[in-house]
This record gives sequence, structure tokens and C-alpha cells, in this order.
Amino acid sequence: MKDTQTLDKEQTTTAKTMRISGSEAIIRCLIAEGVDILYGYPGGAIMPVYDELYKFRDQIHHVLTRHEQGATHAAQGYARISGKVGVAMATSGPGATNLITGIADAQIDSTPMVCITGQVASHLLGSDAFQETDIIGISTPVTKWNHQITKASQIPEVIAKAFYIAKSGRPGPVLIDITKDAQFEQFDFSYEKCKGVRSYNPVPKTDIDDVKAAALLINSAKKPLIVWGQGVILSEAEEELKAVIEKAGIPAAWTILGASAVPTAHPLNVGMVGMHGNYAPNVLTNECDVLIAIGMRFDDRVTGNLASYAKQAKVIHFEIDPAEIDKNVKTDVAVLGDAKESLSQLLPLLKANSHEEWHQKFKDLYAIEYEKVIKDDLYPTKEGLTMGEVLKEINIQTQGNAAIVSDVGQHQMIACRYAEFTTTKSNITSGGLGTMGFALPAAIGAKMSAPERDVVAIIGDGGYQMTIQELGTIFQQRVPVKIVVLNNEFLGMVRQWQQLFFEKRYASTEMTNPDFVAIAKGYYIDAQKVTKREDLKAAVAEMMACEGPYFLEVRVEKEGNVFPMIPTGASVSDIRLE
Amino acid sequence: MSEPIAYTVTIYTENNIGLLNRISAIFQRRHINIESINSSVSEIENVSKWTIVVKLHEDQMKKIIGQIEKQVEVIKAYFHTEDETIYQESCLFKIKSNLLFDERRQIESVIKDNNARIVTVNREFFVIEKSGRKEELEVLYRELSVFGIMQFTRSGRIAVTKDEMKISKMLEAFQH
Repeated sequence: MKDTQTLDKEQTTTAKTMRISGSEAIIRCLIAEGVDILYGYPGGAIMPVYDELYKFRDQIHHVLTRHEQGATHAAQGYARISGKVGVAMATSGPGATNLITGIADAQIDSTPMVCITGQVASHLLGSDAFQETDIIGISTPVTKWNHQITKASQIPEVIAKAFYIAKSGRPGPVLIDITKDAQFEQFDFSYEKCKGVRSYNPVPKTDIDDVKAAALLINSAKKPLIVWGQGVILSEAEEELKAVIEKAGIPAAWTILGASAVPTAHPLNVGMVGMHGNYAPNVLTNECDVLIAIGMRFDDRVTGNLASYAKQAKVIHFEIDPAEIDKNVKTDVAVLGDAKESLSQLLPLLKANSHEEWHQKFKDLYAIEYEKVIKDDLYPTKEGLTMGEVLKEINIQTQGNAAIVSDVGQHQMIACRYAEFTTTKSNITSGGLGTMGFALPAAIGAKMSAPERDVVAIIGDGGYQMTIQELGTIFQQRVPVKIVVLNNEFLGMVRQWQQLFFEKRYASTEMTNPDFVAIAKGYYIDAQKVTKREDLKAAVAEMMACEGPYFLEVRVEKEGNVFPMIPTGASVSDIRLE
Repeated sequence: MSEPIAYTVTIYTENNIGLLNRISAIFQRRHINIESINSSVSEIENVSKWTIVVKLHEDQMKKIIGQIEKQVEVIKAYFHTEDETIYQESCLFKIKSNLLFDERRQIESVIKDNNARIVTVNREFFVIEKSGRKEELEVLYRELSVFGIMQFTRSGRIAVTKDEMKISKMLEAFQH
């Protein structure tokens, strides 16, 4: 409530015209859009904007990251935990190109983000000027929208449009490139929020006939299975989803980005689908009679071999993006629209059901997975710490209330498999792009966006070293994130594949690592290393009790593997347990 | 799998810098060759119309239309088979003027038989223009190449559909 009030006040103050520079206008636009924190890195072509940021520093907090990639991931973390638009800023040339990985990540994971880049003066465009790069051309395939501004008068309208496009419909990243002369130019400023773009229909209208057709299929199903994705979180349809699941008694599984929308402990939550997901939902995908996909996009890591994916099932797809319908899996009923809206329409049409026999199948398969995989992951008896037992300890000590920010690789799969979530928007990870180096800066953004929450970053020793310099940001900003590096001295996921599919030829996957504790301490961050099982509990307790940032290195077994696993090209039902 | 067929893609867009890049990237990313592309004004003020010819399978075509329509500045995209459109291409031939004297009769009959026309004549060269279907233009090319062609160029396909395209109504709906 408070947010809207400040916004309204701000809008009235900016409704009247005032003569200001383009760069001041940029800051005023950001404030009007409710931006309280942004992440970035200054440089020549964006200096006028930074000069204004200095003047407005009590109204908008700029966080200096140690690399522009870190700024984008921090903005993503900020967006993912809050649902608000993350903002990153950089100069032209290398500053702009360094944003690209984060932008591509936000595009494939539908994260609302606005990136602002400085550009050489408009008369220098195309002259190969110092730090000139065609960032509009470069960013086009990885942005939802982008635009170059060469006149100050374009700033209010374009920035308003940028925020509207980034946040509405299926969210995504927008890049605005602003020439230096436009930043200096004086003009008559006023601001109005964007309410629509004529060529853009963010949310297709839900057709009640489609909802009815879906309800008919669901009501007659004997073995229905729900697979939900991030769309549920993005449309804030968690309660609606839970109501649907509970009323119709449907087992519900999630994609990696859908995690945490329904609490892990919910009896109808049957776990994660996909390559390293749970045994039961993967196997039973090929046994269900109606597959109900909600806000997910049938990624290849979810479906395995499409030729043998849920061929026996009728498929219902609740989806906001029409381009996703029939893209990978042919649907029998497509329900377009926002998940919150369409699930609300679905709920009253559903018959109460319990599907007890069908549920028993999930329980039986879980028991097999527990015996073969989970028991040894969480309660190992052999020497050598497992990644799973670290997650279990964090679950216990945070009571599942922490937001878990994971990087990419084995530890990510373990984190997503075993983290116990009680709260939505709590699983922050790079899903579609698989960006190593994501977690440390994303954790910064998440913690700054939700300071009341515990934010625990789970990172491998490989990915950690891709953005390790962001420790400097954590130190300078005193961001109390908890950093857990699960160190197996390998690029573990690649090593696992080398073991399974390349006859153990460990090409360039072994890491000779530095003293991570010393590095953390070099940034004045409290740190310790755990190598023995008996020390784990106390170390996690010390970390969680620490008021400031904390670094915990856990030496885990070097050649542990993540199972279950659907090998590339295999069917979901051919998932391997060992 | 059956052979891919030629589709005429029609895209109505805002008239903005960079949209060519955005549209062509959709094809490039999927390793699809664009047979021809034309961008022009449309029947609606400030709305651009693109006509793209690609050879694809139908399900691939549908997915790509979805990706095109998803672009913020795209108002609407359609795809049609050749039967569903009226389409033309245009071409220009630059030919040495002495042929008009040396081979006058043959040249004249080629122009007449092909329904082509002379656009301009000067001391050094003359220019023949023809609009029509690709195959017709190819016939004219073959017949003129006997005499020697100094320069040749052919436009991308332009097309109108037999069915109505309700763009104006869509735009009106947005205003309300």
C-alpha cells in the first residue's frame, strides 16, 4: 500500500512540466516507477546519469557491483524474490556487452528487468568511436524489447514503456540505450506511466469454453497429473493452484522454476520433474491419463525425448504466451491467459476427488527413490560429506523459510531436489540458460530486495569463481547473505557426464582451488571451512546466527553423482536411479 | 517427411528502427533461409507491412508465426500458401542500346511476348521492366540472356491475400 502511495505522490509531482536534463529525467522516471535500488557500474558514456544518481542518492540506492554481469544477476535476484522489475545500468561498449549474459538469462527465465546503457554521442554513432558498440543489435535476440534514445524528449515515454513491457504479460528484459548527448540535453519533462502498447497484447483473454473443456477432461480423468512452472509464481496464482490441487485431489509436480509455489511439505506436492527430478512424477508422466501443464513451457530438460513424452495422455496447457502452445508438446486443450485468472475460472468447475489409488503409485515410487537415492544423499553412512546432507542441515536450521539461491551444476540440482520451501518466490536459480556465476550476485539482489528474509546462496566451486569478485559488493554494501560453497574440486556436473558417457576422461574438469576462506576473509567476511560431518551442524548454526554476511565452504565428496537422471535422448520413464 | 512448401508471411508492424534485425533473427536462429523479403508501407498510416517468403513445413511455420507475433512491435502476422494470395515480383534488365538496332525484331518480340515494357532508353543502354510471378520473370531472363544482360535485379515478392486482414479493426479496438 505504502508503495502505491509514494508512487501516486511522485506521479503528481512529475505531472507538471519542468525543464531538466535527460539524465535527471532518467532518475526521475526510475523513481516514478518505484525503483528503490539499482545495480550498475559507471563509465564514460553514462557519467551524466551517475552524476544525477549522486544528487538523488537519498531517494534511490545505486549498488556498485564489481562487474556488469553481476549487476544483471543482482537485478534478477531482486526481481525474482519480489516480483518487481530489477534495474541494471552500465556504460557503453564493454559495459553494455557485459550485461548480455544476464539479459539472456532473464529472457529465457522470463524475469522482469530493465537495463539502461550509456551510448556514445549520437553524432558519433557508427564511427567506431571509443567504447562504441551496437548494443541494440547485440541485445535484440535476447531482449523482450529494446530501444535507442538519441533525444532527451524521448526519455519519459520510452522508459515508461520499458517498465510496462518488462513487467506485463510474460515478463522479460528490456534494454534502453541512451546516447550521451541525450543525457545532457535539457527538455521539458513530465512523466506518465505506460498503460498499453497498441501492437502488444500482454495477456490473451481466457476463453471460458477452453476452461470448460479443460474441466471436463480433468473431471473424467482417473490418473491426472499437474506440472506447474514459474508462470504460477509470476501471476501470483499460488493460492489458486493450491485450491485446484486440493479440490480435485491431483498430484502436482513442478519444474525447477516453479519450485516453492506450493510448499514442499504439501501432501499433494509430488516433487520435481525433469532430468534430475523425482522418480515418481517423471515415470508417471508416461502413465497419467490427463497431463495438466500450468505456466510451464515443456523445456527439453523437463520432457526428455519428446517422441516418448506423455504420449498416452490428453494434454491441457494453461499458458500466457500463445507461442508456447504446441511448441514442443501438442495440446488437446489450450487455455490461454493469466494463470491466476484461468485457475480461478477452473476451480468452481472441478469435481471434488481424491484419486487415492493413483496417489499410492507416487508413494510407492517415492519409496524406491528414497531407498536408492535419497537415503544416501541425506543420511549418508560413508565417509565424505554429501551435498544433500548440507541442504538437509540448512532446511532444519532455517525451518524451510530461507530463500535458496543456487548456481548451476550438481549443487543446483541437489538444492532444488532437497530444499524445503514454505514460502513462494524462494527458489532463485538460473534455469533456462544455466548461467554459472549467477548465484552470488543474484543472492545480493534477493537479500537487498527482501532484507527480512534469510537468503542462502548454494554455489559450486566452479561457478563461485566466475563471479567471486562480487564479494566486494557484499562487503561494501554489508549485504548479510549466507554463502555456501559446496566444494568438490571439480566441475561436478560435467565430470559426472564424463564419468557416465565419456569413459571417465576428465577433460578440464578438475579444479585446483584457492583458499576460499582466506579470500572471504580478505573481504572482511566471516568465514569457515567444514570438512567433517560432525562439524556441519555447528557451522551452519554459526552461519545462520551471524548478523552480517557469512561464507561457509563445505568440502564434499569429490566424485558424487546426482541421481535420478534422465540421460539425454531418453524418455522420462527411463529415468535412472543409479 | 514431406517437402517444405513456400509460404508467404505477412507481418504488420510499427515502423521502428531495428525491427528488421528482430524479425530476421527469428529465422536466423532456427537456421532458416529467407527466400525473399520486402518491407513497405501498408494500407494503414504509420503501419509497415512485410512480405517474407520462406520454405517450411506447416507446423514449423505456425511456430515461427507465434514467435513473430510475440514481438512487442508486431501488430499481427499471417502465413499463406501461394493459392491463398495474389502475388507479384518485379524485375529490371539493363541491356546495351545497340541491340535495339542490331536485334530489334527479336528484342521487340521478346518484350511483347512476355508482357514486359521498356522503361527508359539512352545512348548506352535501355531498361526493361516486368512484373509477374517468379517463373514468368525467369522465362524473360532466359530469353534476354541470349542477347547479354548488363545488369539484372529482381524484387522480393509482394502479395495481397484473398481473405480479409482485419488489422484496422484490431487497431481501432486498441484505441477504445
